[in-house]
Amino acid sequence: MPLLEVNDLKTQFFTRDGVVRAVDGVSFHLEQGETLGLVGESGCGKSVTALSLMRLIPQPPGKIVNGQIVFDGQDILKMDDDDVRGIRGNNIAMIFQDPMTSLNPVLTISRQISEALELHLKMDKGEARKRTIELLELVGIPSAKKRVDDYPHQFSGGMRQRVMIAMALSCNPKLILADEPTTALDVTIQAQILDLLKNLAREFRTAFILITHDLGVVAGMTQRIHVMYAGRIVEKADTAELFANPKMPYTWGLLRSIPRLDEQRKAKLLPIEGLPPDLIQPPVGCKFEPRCQYRRDICKEKEPELQNIPKAKSDHEARCWGTQSVPGGGWLIDTDFRREVGDTRVIEEIKQQTASETATEAPGE
Amino acid sequence: MATVTTTPGRQGAAAERAAELNVLVRKQRSLWQDAWYRLVRNKAAVVGMIIVVLFMALAATVPFMTQLGWLKDPLKQDTPNSLMEPIWTGSKYTLSTYPLGSDQLGRDILSRLIWSTQISMLVGFIPVSIIFVVGVTVGLLAGYHGGWVDQLLMRFTDIIYAFPDLLFLFILMATLRNTPLGDIQGGLLLIFTAIAIVNWVGMARLVRGQVLALKEREFIEAARAIGSPARRIMLRHLFPNVLAPVIVSVAFGIPSAMLAEATLSFFGIGIKPPTPSWGVMINEGFVVFSTTAWPVLLPAVCISIVMLAFTFLGDGLRDALDPRMKN
Repeated sequence: MPLLEVNDLKTQFFTRDGVVRAVDGVSFHLEQGETLGLVGESGCGKSVTALSLMRLIPQPPGKIVNGQIVFDGQDILKMDDDDVRGIRGNNIAMIFQDPMTSLNPVLTISRQISEALELHLKMDKGEARKRTIELLELVGIPSAKKRVDDYPHQFSGGMRQRVMIAMALSCNPKLILADEPTTALDVTIQAQILDLLKNLAREFRTAFILITHDLGVVAGMTQRIHVMYAGRIVEKADTAELFANPKMPYTWGLLRSIPRLDEQRKAKLLPIEGLPPDLIQPPVGCKFEPRCQYRRDICKEKEPELQNIPKAKSDHEARCWGTQSVPGGGWLIDTDFRREVGDTRVIEEIKQQTASETATEAPGE
Repeated sequence: MATVTTTPGRQGAAAERAAELNVLVRKQRSLWQDAWYRLVRNKAAVVGMIIVVLFMALAATVPFMTQLGWLKDPLKQDTPNSLMEPIWTGSKYTLSTYPLGSDQLGRDILSRLIWSTQISMLVGFIPVSIIFVVGVTVGLLAGYHGGWVDQLLMRFTDIIYAFPDLLFLFILMATLRNTPLGDIQGGLLLIFTAIAIVNWVGMARLVRGQVLALKEREFIEAARAIGSPARRIMLRHLFPNVLAPVIVSVAFGIPSAMLAEATLSFFGIGIKPPTPSWGVMINEGFVVFSTTAWPVLLPAVCISIVMLAFTFLGDGLRDALDPRMKN
């Protein structure tokens, strides 16, 4: 039995302008001790997925309207509030994006880490303090004994993220959700924090869901990767398989926009033109079609399902007509995305479209 | 000549290490210790604090002084020696037994002033404690949960804000003064209640506003993510964050409650005579104002000194606790 199984999760926000389908039918599973990467641009539903897993969606305006989240045999969406609180921090912990704002400025580090220990493991003050010091040492805070009574403002950004990690680890959770844990840090600190997370995951056999927009971050960290776009998973694969043999044009776009060391210096980074679609009125067909350089007529008409890909590993799935052997589809199965950048006519079209959209939007801003 | 030379790189490393050691060795100060440090560097605030403490000590020792016989009975009349002037005036209407003179019934002004201190301190601290407890509780609930608590708070605010504060106090006091409630402790209890009813809304709204802004912050989300129940989030995470403005508001609330009592008593609807209070004394002194100004002047000076002291202290607290609020 997998540790976590998410089926057809739909989270929506009811706003004045309409219903925002932030997460629209996401399904995935996670084994004990496994690390999974959720990758995608801003606003494609990664964070909302994570918050939904802990039932932390602000309500109203948000609401989980459909789906199952089976964690350890129990459906989180069917629990009452007290039971969910018993899981938060205890079985599922979360590391937030910005360590500068996710620690309470008026409480000492010791009080903040002790809180989960006192709450879930029923430790008394002395035990909790001892454990807090151990945890701080574990995450690499020098002279933890002296710094445990400091306030957050006395810590640097990287140190604070270490504190957040210590907090997440405090109750030995089975699953840690890390929402862009390194985005707010500079690159050298990023590497240290990622290393720390990797070692801890291995040491404690904790399952991780790592949420990021940076494919470089997940490459060395995770076993599997799910690429999200417009509230849906558009490609699922092993990490190695995804980097060696990506299939979905959106994933190609993401890969093209990271600089590579093994490429010629003059090679240009190719951004994905345009912006993610409006999630109140998403396109009828494939959600990526308006920005896709490989699109065909079929993409506009009907949305493809997430399906296996011919000539790829068996658990490699993509949501793309170009990779599915159906009538009128399958034109991308043998495409090498580094050589063929797509139909030049289509690229021009997309560029013009984007330009006119930004031109009309600009005066209003 | 032998000189110790160090390369720049080593110097840099040494400096870094020294800085690091310094961080470790330096005594850590908490936020409150920092605030205290800023407060005691503010001269006006320290003067205010000293005066406040002196008056509080004076009020607290009244029962002992009475017992030891140091303090004259403030109610004892001595009509032949009425309207004496303070001894330093050197006029012929002075008596060494009345250092600050006497009023028209021959009661000792000094002991009446000291007795009034007690009343003023009670009126300053008790209603403000009620306001603090009720206002903070309602504010936290209204801000964090919203719902009916919030609705209730807002409707009550509408009522209170419909009248000027003083008018509302007058209405309350005038209607309830002659009921049994108005007789308890010479009308003190009614004054406590009236001041609390009129002022708790301000405190609740202050806390509510702060909580509304704070609850969207990430650290509150983080607290929810470790499974803190709502009560714990309010008390442990939100309350310490709103404490600074609350303390400032309390520091300004105390003198305004004292002033309210004095005002009510001056208009004759506050403390019931013969119990002395500064407001009552001014009220009674007004009758003989054309003969001598001292019975009015002396309690007025007391009120001014205490008001000023609390204002200095409040300003100091505001600057110390939240440097951003300094305009």
